Amino acid sequence: MVKDEKEIANRPDNTAFTQQRLPAWQPMLSAGIVIPGFVLIGLAFIGIGVALFVTSRSITVLEIDYTGIEKDSACFKCSNADVKNCVCNLVFSIDSLFEGPVFFYYGLSNYFQNYRKYAASRDDEQLSGDLDAFTAPSDRCSPYDYNSNDKPIVPCGAIANSMFNDTFVLYRVVNGANKLVPLDGKGIAWWTDYNVKFRNPSVTPLKNAFNNTVKPIFWPNPAYQLDTSDPANNGFINQDFLVWMRRAALPDFRKLYRRITDGEYAKGLPAGNYSLTIAYNYPVQSFDGRKKVVFSNVSWMGGKNEFLGIAYLVVGSLCVLMSIVMLIVYAKFKFPEED
Amino acid sequence: MLRRTLNRWLGRDERRVDSRSICVGHRSSSNNEAFIPPKFCDNRIVSSKYTVWNFLPKNLFEQFRRIANFYFLIIFLVQVIVDTPTSPVTSGLPLFFVITVTAIKQGYEDWLRHKADNEVNKYPVTVLEQGRRVRKESEKIKVGDVLEVDEDETFPCDLILLQSSRDDDTCFVTTASLDGESNHKTHYTVPDTEKDLESLNATIECEQPQPDLYKFVGRMHIYKADQEPAVRSLGPENLLLKGSTLKNTQTICGVAIYTGMETKMALNYQGKSQKRSAVEKSINAFLLVYLCILVSKALVCTTLKYVWQNKPGQDEPWYNEKTQREKDTNLYLKMFTDFLSFMVLFNFIIPVSMYVTVEMQKFLGSFFITWDKDFFDPEIKEGALVNTSDLNEELGQVEYVFTDKTGTLTQNNMEFIECCIDGFQYKYQDAGTDLDGFCVTDGPANKVQHKAGREKEELFLRALCLCHTVQVKESPEQGQGQRDGLMDQVDGLGVDGKGLHPPPQEQRGFIASSPDEVALVKGAMRYGFTFLGFESKTMKILTRDNDVERYELLHVLNFDPVRRRMSVIVRSKSGDTLLFCKGADSSIFPRVRQEEVERIRMNVERNATEGYRTLCVAYKYLNAEEYAQADAGLREARLALQDREEKLMAVYNQVETGMSLIGATAVEDRLQEEAAETMEALQGAGMKVWVLTGDKMETAKSTCYACRLFQRNTELLELTVRTLEDGGRRREERLHELLVEYHKKAVQDAPPVKAGVTRAWSSANHDYGFIIDGATLSMVLNSSSESNSSRYKNLFLQICQNCTSVLCCRMAPLQKAQIVKMVKNSKGSPITLSIGDGANDVSMILEAHVGIGIKGKEGRQAVRNSDYAIPKLKHLKKLLLAHGHLYYVRIAHLVQYFFYKNLCFILPQFLYQFFCGYSQQPLYDAAYLTMYNICFTSMPILAYSLLEQHICMEVLLDNATLYRGIAKNGMLRWGPFFYWTLLGVFHGLLFFFGVRYLFGNPALQDNGQVFGNWSYGTIVFTVLVFTVTLKLALDTRHWTWINHFVIWGSLAFYVFFSFFWGGIIWPFLKQQRLYFVFANMLSSVSAWLVIILLILLSLLPEILLVVFRKPRGPHAGQLSQEGLLQTARLHLSHHLPIST
Repeated sequence: MVKDEKEIANRPDNTAFTQQRLPAWQPMLSAGIVIPGFVLIGLAFIGIGVALFVTSRSITVLEIDYTGIEKDSACFKCSNADVKNCVCNLVFSIDSLFEGPVFFYYGLSNYFQNYRKYAASRDDEQLSGDLDAFTAPSDRCSPYDYNSNDKPIVPCGAIANSMFNDTFVLYRVVNGANKLVPLDGKGIAWWTDYNVKFRNPSVTPLKNAFNNTVKPIFWPNPAYQLDTSDPANNGFINQDFLVWMRRAALPDFRKLYRRITDGEYAKGLPAGNYSLTIAYNYPVQSFDGRKKVVFSNVSWMGGKNEFLGIAYLVVGSLCVLMSIVMLIVYAKFKFPEED
Repeated sequence: MLRRTLNRWLGRDERRVDSRSICVGHRSSSNNEAFIPPKFCDNRIVSSKYTVWNFLPKNLFEQFRRIANFYFLIIFLVQVIVDTPTSPVTSGLPLFFVITVTAIKQGYEDWLRHKADNEVNKYPVTVLEQGRRVRKESEKIKVGDVLEVDEDETFPCDLILLQSSRDDDTCFVTTASLDGESNHKTHYTVPDTEKDLESLNATIECEQPQPDLYKFVGRMHIYKADQEPAVRSLGPENLLLKGSTLKNTQTICGVAIYTGMETKMALNYQGKSQKRSAVEKSINAFLLVYLCILVSKALVCTTLKYVWQNKPGQDEPWYNEKTQREKDTNLYLKMFTDFLSFMVLFNFIIPVSMYVTVEMQKFLGSFFITWDKDFFDPEIKEGALVNTSDLNEELGQVEYVFTDKTGTLTQNNMEFIECCIDGFQYKYQDAGTDLDGFCVTDGPANKVQHKAGREKEELFLRALCLCHTVQVKESPEQGQGQRDGLMDQVDGLGVDGKGLHPPPQEQRGFIASSPDEVALVKGAMRYGFTFLGFESKTMKILTRDNDVERYELLHVLNFDPVRRRMSVIVRSKSGDTLLFCKGADSSIFPRVRQEEVERIRMNVERNATEGYRTLCVAYKYLNAEEYAQADAGLREARLALQDREEKLMAVYNQVETGMSLIGATAVEDRLQEEAAETMEALQGAGMKVWVLTGDKMETAKSTCYACRLFQRNTELLELTVRTLEDGGRRREERLHELLVEYHKKAVQDAPPVKAGVTRAWSSANHDYGFIIDGATLSMVLNSSSESNSSRYKNLFLQICQNCTSVLCCRMAPLQKAQIVKMVKNSKGSPITLSIGDGANDVSMILEAHVGIGIKGKEGRQAVRNSDYAIPKLKHLKKLLLAHGHLYYVRIAHLVQYFFYKNLCFILPQFLYQFFCGYSQQPLYDAAYLTMYNICFTSMPILAYSLLEQHICMEVLLDNATLYRGIAKNGMLRWGPFFYWTLLGVFHGLLFFFGVRYLFGNPALQDNGQVFGNWSYGTIVFTVLVFTVTLKLALDTRHWTWINHFVIWGSLAFYVFFSFFWGGIIWPFLKQQRLYFVFANMLSSVSAWLVIILLILLSLLPEILLVVFRKPRGPHAGQLSQEGLLQTARLHLSHHLPIST
């Protein structure tokens, strides 16, 4: 009895796990699998690469720098920081139909929206309409939290304060006359930002919520006057504001300004001459920045991006090449797996 | 009065150093009125480390003493104090997790210890107080208490035996829980003490507590009214140790002398040195490299930041003004905080979770050893035992194996083979033809019986029957005896006895600490002389003529490994005093009359070459005068408090002289199962096997041949006393000459060995075996002149390193450790492994990198001191070749992978600094930073490091050479480390710049909307998580369902978590950075495409490498079915009838 018990107590469990004998799949990366695999992957990548490349090629992009550093630039007169409320006209022509829908971006370079202090300088509670945060902005907004009279700034922080404020009006020059091209300011920001993340305080009229607060120092108008024509685009849910608040990843970036989708321009911008009237407000010279406007149409892969197509083509060819090299090596050395 | 007290104080101060005084029963003697009872510790055993109150501070302190934890604490504190890019949570949470898990584990272990302590401390004991028996809790025992202990109880503290219920003033004890020896040991009461403990008035003077279980010296002063105090010597035979159990004795009384933490048992549990594995050292080296990378990254970033800021307009653009405080801060302070911030930002490069994972891997992994049913031995009904899990991987790195012979290579299951009496050989045969069991196997015909004369024969057999410390296993009732017989180590008489002489008792066994002695007594019994046992101090033997002879046992001169012999002094009925001595030939021959030696020496040497263990037996008559002198000397030496050992030794040596040699015995010790196969496998695996034994050279050599450590074509280089004396010159000169000669032969003339291929395989013709003995070794190690000593040592080492096997015989235990130490510290510091089963192997087990104990017959001391214990030698093969190999591969991969995955985790973050104005902007969200190492990538590698079998176990066992592929820390050298680092850098660059070029146009959605910086980070992070997980998947050769579960589960968890984390506005977060970032990312085709592209591109070189590398080098670790098939085919092509 005693003996049996002892034996049972001490004898290790004879299970597959304890004996390290769990059934296992032991994949072998043999040439027989790898070579066809590489060929397949390579072909697939080349296919995708060709599609991407062709698509990217078909996307039209029109990029115009309007910083006005060069003397012959239309906006040269505005580049002087002392000139206030400067307006300049950029004239350009399109040779053939600019297929629609056309997206209108503005671009900034050498602008560090990803600077750490800058990135943190916002108060998401304010922006979600929390009135408590209106009177006491987060100290992360410093030095953009209170103005010199100790009044809270709403919306506080460096990001909001530095919101891009050049405005553009596009005209099509038809027989010497300027014909306004309607720009659609909806749908330029993320749906979730517009509908969930950013909220105006539920106070009507909106202006009352901003009592005892001041507008950001750089802003010409307070937040409740960002778009007085459309209450659904005013305050914190102004789409230009939302676009600006989604900080760019790199110092050279572009942001969506408007879409051209209306009426006769839904098919695109017809060939012809265009005039872009720019209210030049945003100073960039002090930090060697550049400003530009970009017209582009998009495809299923987004905007024009040659890199992806080329990368796919290169990797795909590499795979095929490798499989050929492998085949040669294997044929030459006659590895046992191949018999 | 004052002076006396003063004296006593002074005296006691002196004495405190080396001895203590105890009043038996706290009765101070009359002339001791001013005796102040000294303070001893109480009998509480405290093995626990913490109490409820000090657990938190003490445990935290201990944990933060580890350098890694301390580092993370510093990082955390920097994050709290300085304005850093990441919140303190990112490093605080993992640290908290690690600390908590460790604290819980240690707390639980301590709780278990508390429970065990309590069980011991609250155990009820009986204390005799003023004649009354009082029940007390064990922890209340004080030094000087007189205790009563019943049968089968364990002793609650170290006791001096005062009284036993047995008539012969002895008691029996097993020390199974102390050293594992289950035989009954006899202990004696202090001679001539009062039977009435009530009136006993005595003090005990004894040494201060010391951990040696087998040493004790003390003195007892017994005060009787109107008499001079009597003095009795106390030795280990009077001492009952805490932890041992009373057997076969109803009750005993004893006085407590050592209590609580001062008991020998408690002292023995302390201070086992921590061994550290080579892998751990590699980790630390790598850690240093990564620390350098970290610091240089932070330095580069800090420098560039200030260079960059020097350009006008960059430092403080209008859109990002500084606060007043920032403007006021001192520039250098700013630089310093920037440096710290960068450190914090990049600190994830040193993986906090690696330590946890490594420890978990080791802890959980060691279970596979205990669970392995191949290690289960049905005989002792035990499996393998893991005493430390820190050295698992070291088992895969062993280069030198030091093995004991007796009990390790051989079974230590002794069988009496033959004896030689007066030069005539007697061989026992089973056949019943010769009733006396004597028959002739060689030599002149028909001197059938009494070859050596009846007189001599009987003297020899009497000597065998008397000269031992064997006890007869008592079996008062048959039934009980049966049970005991099964439980204890008993050599039943069984069949061999029956045919010859009907044994007087049906059930009888002999108990002895050495199996040789049992074999000898049993051997004597075959020839008709049966040892019947003790009757108080009288030994009874049954002679051939069925007479019972009685001998009074006067003295036992115990065996010790230095003297290598033992003696008894007995007085026969007729009044003759005889000394019988048995021992190794080398220790007996010089002490007997030389003319007798030659005839027997021949036999002894022949027996030894056959692999038998030989002992020589000698005797001498002591006349009354001689005996009186010896008796006095022995008694005096036994009473000595100081240097008792030395004094005893001197007396022993003096008594054991001028004896006459009667004969010699040969006992066979059979080889362990599969000893030869195991040794062959170890050699095939590139290990050098050294046999270290205390045995004779001839015996050991034959064992080596039997184990195939020496092959027939092995050229033996012998460096022993015999070869030294050959030339007839001074030993020193000869030693020098031989060393140089052997060195020339084995080292200089040997063809250069290619790295990784040892000579056992490459050049079978030049196979050398080296033999050295203890005396010569000590000459080599302790040569007279300093310069020679190191030179000899060097020569010796070089010779040994070029020999396939080395045999060191006649070794003292300490010499064994010396050799291990010498090899351990030699060039290249090879990993050593010692394996042994007995107390004499403990020193080398402790000395070697890995100590293996065999659960043999010589007690459990080796097992207790070992790192791993296995039941049989044959298990060593699987332990090293399969388990060790796998553990090493697993942990090496684990370590490299951890560094790799953190490098490619943090490199993009570093690169991002170049694009964000060196502003310490983190690339990834805090949640990702925190969870990366804890959740997303930890489980697959843990599962891998527990389950991976890159080559299956059978193949590993069949192809011992595979073991060489990972020798010398092969997977953790700088080469592989560099490769992994390069891979990490490559992946990091790829992740970052791949996404960077994608973001050349951030309008990545088909609705023209743009992605921001968190999308950027999330894409990089997604590529990262998938790539490192799939990289591991690519390395996994053994996919069990667990691997599938954790690898795919981790990826699924990452996706699920990202949705979840981005799907809710978290009220506790100040910034909703990731809100719908992940979902938006997935809505972009370009993001998908770039993720797939980058993952594939990262893994492409890896796949190519796997494919290309496989068919080349034999060590690619890819030998699997194909490889085997190939060899099989090869065999077929040679027309060998081998089927697979």
